[in-house]
Amino acid sequence: MERGTREYALWSIGLLLVLLFALIPVIWIISVSLKSPDTLADGRFFPSEFTLDNYETLFTGGIDDSPFLKPLINSVLIASITTLVAIVLASFAAYAIARLNFPGKSIILAGALAIAMFPAISTVGPLFDMWRTLGLYDTYPGLIIPYLTFSLPLAIYTLVAFFREIPWDLEQAAQVDGATPFQAFRKVIVPLAAPGVFTAAILVFIFAWNDFLFAITLTSSDAARTVPAALAFFTGESQFTAPNGSIAAAAVIVTIPIIVFVLLFQRRIVAGLTAGAVKG
Amino acid sequence: MAEIVLDHVSKRFPDGYEAVKDMNLEIKDGEFMILVGPSGCGKSTALRMIAGLEDISEGELRIGDQVVNDMAPRDRDIAMVFQSYALYPHMTVRENMAFPLKLAGVPADEIKRKVEAAAQTLDLAQHLDRKPANLSGGQRQRVAMGRAIVRDPKAFLMDEPLSNLDAKLRVQMRTEVSRLQQELGTTTVYVTHDQTEAMTLGDRVAVMRSGVLQQVGSPSELYERPKNLFVAGFIGSPAMNFMPATVEGGKVKLPFGEVPLPEHLSGASGEVIAGLRPESFEDAALVGEAKSRGATFRAHIDLVESMGSEKYAYFSTEGGIESEELAELAQDSGLDETPTTSEHTIVARLDAASQATRGQEAELWFDATKLHMFDPKTGESLSAAP
Repeated sequence: MERGTREYALWSIGLLLVLLFALIPVIWIISVSLKSPDTLADGRFFPSEFTLDNYETLFTGGIDDSPFLKPLINSVLIASITTLVAIVLASFAAYAIARLNFPGKSIILAGALAIAMFPAISTVGPLFDMWRTLGLYDTYPGLIIPYLTFSLPLAIYTLVAFFREIPWDLEQAAQVDGATPFQAFRKVIVPLAAPGVFTAAILVFIFAWNDFLFAITLTSSDAARTVPAALAFFTGESQFTAPNGSIAAAAVIVTIPIIVFVLLFQRRIVAGLTAGAVKG
Repeated sequence: MAEIVLDHVSKRFPDGYEAVKDMNLEIKDGEFMILVGPSGCGKSTALRMIAGLEDISEGELRIGDQVVNDMAPRDRDIAMVFQSYALYPHMTVRENMAFPLKLAGVPADEIKRKVEAAAQTLDLAQHLDRKPANLSGGQRQRVAMGRAIVRDPKAFLMDEPLSNLDAKLRVQMRTEVSRLQQELGTTTVYVTHDQTEAMTLGDRVAVMRSGVLQQVGSPSELYERPKNLFVAGFIGSPAMNFMPATVEGGKVKLPFGEVPLPEHLSGASGEVIAGLRPESFEDAALVGEAKSRGATFRAHIDLVESMGSEKYAYFSTEGGIESEELAELAQDSGLDETPTTSEHTIVARLDAASQATRGQEAELWFDATKLHMFDPKTGESLSAAP
């Protein structure tokens, strides 16, 4: 009992330290976003007076004049489309890799890994030129395609691991029960791989949502510019004021979808969904 | 309902391993056929070929009158119960059982009726809305059966469906399966490695070894007239005792005595392997007029196991026998890992009234008319066909 309590206390202190370390910058940025321009640089951790002005300026002017609204919509759409396409493609690919023996399987996996590790910065220059020639520059597909290239390997790897865990008997049972291979995949495998699908979806979404490099290079206007890139173009109220307040406010807002996304799907990632399929 | 015919069916895996070799088997309409054999004998592969989960390398498989070699599992109209049950964990019991019907496009109200009827038969009615994870092993097993029977398929295929249950439940489910099959009268192919299951369940039993079908017959046929050493050693528990014997001048010389050559073994001569089932022995004091059918001998009893209704007496004789088939049987049951001696242990089943005790001599009798003999080289039975 004695030892249990002490262990518990030590764990709590450790966790608290980690939480503080991770959360202080977040709290700081929230604090900054709530400060008025005059007190912005007062160096105090907690704002002396709270104001929502920074948030208001982000949205004033509607979709045409607000520096933030259109990029936010772009971000949501581009990240969502990327996630959707990546998950559909990756689950087909991962299923084939997990279940079938076909020539070149290891090459595909190795290739996917190589692409995932390829430094993005070295592709940006050629992409810029290609996209301008092809008319993809400053468009949604212009960002979605490179995002897919880098997020697909990640998604495939995650999903292969999940698919491999599903007992093969289940698929064969479905086939004997009268399912076509696609029905077996859709009605048995996909629901069971749901935790994996959601894990992969979160990873892809976060990747697309957070990307700055491609967004800043391959866009030139609000037509396709996403939030991380748009932040760099924020201006202060006059040319002598730093836009720190609105940047902080925007940073807080872009964090929210990620938190919502994770909280929403976290429940689905709970393991044990496959419990009871086979004996055990 | 339909008959299933395997016509010279072989299965060769890409690595060259031949799991099933030239198998011929005719399963009649409504028959309960058991495929039995030690692990790795090809029985599961044979079943999976019937199901369509495994390609057939050679030969022809017919269900009904239709050649189904190239037919997908879903078009064969068969239902399978897997060893692991393979229940869909994300579906309730009801959904699990309705799944094949839904795929077949059966109207919803009929699905409901059929599922509920099946649940009634299997005593699952109160569990219909639970998920497999919340069911006990026996219940899961019944759901797997339920999923098979709702469809009223041409045939049931069962791949060791009871092997994951504990001993008591297994016996109970065994009766259940047997009752169900009789009620439905659906052609059933049942794979097991447990010879007791095979003997108690099947109309006919097919014994396999290393991909080769050894013998097909009713349980009593296999028990009384095994075709070869392997079937003789595999069927029956405790197993048949084997010992070296010599046939000379109309007499059989066994390690523990000499008897005139029984009529049904008149074809045997020279060195042979003799087999005697445990129940072919008896305490000499308890044998009545049957005594003349065999001979008595004295043996030093090493161990007596009393079962209440009977006693098993273990004694040793000199001279073991070497046979590839018996070695394989021993390996399968794990016996080869126990230390062996040059002496050979014989098990005799004696009446409960027997006075045989451990460590003492006892006078035993054996029934020579129940003697089996096998060719030491081929392992074939030397008994004349009845």
